[in-house]
Amino acid sequence: MDVAVLGASMTPFGTREPWVRELATDAAIACLDDAGVDPSALDHLYLSNMASGEFEGQTGVMNAVAHDIGAVPAYTQRVGQTSASGGAGLYAAWQSIASGASELTLLVGAEKMTQQSTGEAGDVIASLTHPAEYAHGVTLPSFAGLTARTYLERYDAPRESLAHVAVKNHQNARRNPDAQFQKDLDIETAMSSPVVAEPLRLYDYCPLTDGSAALLFCPVSVAREYTDEFVVLSGVGGATDTHVVHERDDPTWMSAVANSGRQAFEMAGCGPADIDVAELHDMVTLLEILQLEAFGFAERGEGWRFAVNGTTALDGSLPVNPSGGLKARGHPLGATGVAQAVEIYRQLLGKVDGRQVDAERGLTCNVGGFGNCVTSAVLEVAE
Amino acid sequence: MTERASSTDRDVEHHQLLAHGCQNDHFTVPGHPRCPACGEPQEKTLDLTKKTGIVKTWTRVAATPPGVREPNTLAIVEFALEVDTVSMLGGTIEQVSLGEQVRPVYIDTLRDADESVRQGANQSWGGFRFEPVSPDE
Repeated sequence: MDVAVLGASMTPFGTREPWVRELATDAAIACLDDAGVDPSALDHLYLSNMASGEFEGQTGVMNAVAHDIGAVPAYTQRVGQTSASGGAGLYAAWQSIASGASELTLLVGAEKMTQQSTGEAGDVIASLTHPAEYAHGVTLPSFAGLTARTYLERYDAPRESLAHVAVKNHQNARRNPDAQFQKDLDIETAMSSPVVAEPLRLYDYCPLTDGSAALLFCPVSVAREYTDEFVVLSGVGGATDTHVVHERDDPTWMSAVANSGRQAFEMAGCGPADIDVAELHDMVTLLEILQLEAFGFAERGEGWRFAVNGTTALDGSLPVNPSGGLKARGHPLGATGVAQAVEIYRQLLGKVDGRQVDAERGLTCNVGGFGNCVTSAVLEVAE
Repeated sequence: MTERASSTDRDVEHHQLLAHGCQNDHFTVPGHPRCPACGEPQEKTLDLTKKTGIVKTWTRVAATPPGVREPNTLAIVEFALEVDTVSMLGGTIEQVSLGEQVRPVYIDTLRDADESVRQGANQSWGGFRFEPVSPDE
């Protein structure tokens, strides 16, 4: 059964006063309003979230949201896949409709992080690592530093090429009123910012973020009963890589991205050449580059050129992260994969002010850990 | 150490750096109940405690979680085996460089478990860091 996306919403991302339950409820209600659907009609409600218990001592958020928005007795379930929880929620929502188990599914992704220090939040996220890694005090940014050194050395890529990704995504975020960062960045500032994990610096990384995003799904066969403005979730894929990062044959090759992308492309009946716009998981600048290579947009070792030569700019041949990406829109862990699809949904329907691109088919990629678990999705304009 | 302890915990308890391998000579550090490459049980070990390896990459982390030294220098080190190689992550005792030869040194407490998110009883907190091998050795 083909799956349609009927509506979308997101709260502003950034440092927000509401806690995760309120953030999720706000996005859920806005999404239902966007589609003009009554909450009592929902069959399933999925809540993507990585660590609300650890971040704020709040569990059971999916049930709280179902109650608060008037969706009881809808079936509800939390979807957790670390920082890929939003993408995994997209997969779960697709399954619920495609299987026939639900005829109307709401997906909400939410996380509240900024009440913690960078060190504390980083440790919550690092708790996903293997004991043999965690004992050494690894963080996700440290994996990025280790991998960036290998990539830059092996492919003789200039250090500035990473800064170009950050500058591009900040420029895009300036055009997104819901983005966390509303200021331009220049190469010199990025290159001289404080070191986080050599050779990477502060502006290579995404910030801590609070926020929520939501999407509403139904079978394509009944979508026009709700609206003429919908998009089709034509492909989804999910895959894993080694839990222990150093056990990979080549740490610069994101095999779970390649495998999940292959599944999503196959289901959608398309390939990378058919993608007009992409929202990739730029937790760190390097990851946008590695995903361009793993999906087949760029040859291995060549992805760094795309932000430098403008290929991935808003007016380039493959706009990447028009929302500002994790880097500048922000990265509220469980909400990110949902927000990526919200951006593609709006781009495909021509609903974006100031950063609209010409697109009929878009791609999302949500990464858990340092490529440990990945979901990819293809969305396209309804025929 | 309980019977449920992982191979990582047992290795640390014995201050040994062991690569764990299957009948097809696939080795990993740490070990796994089944070989990640072929699914066979990992039933043999190679002792790397007295071996030296090569630094494949390294980073110095300026912003570290509570209970972790700051800065925290980490490296991925590759050990040559008879038929393959095996890599592992570890901290370094001194500054290292790409391609440098290093040896493992056992450290009782790598980070302060009381300050970590993970429960202290969840895992072992000792392990191996690396130090450069002098060219004269």
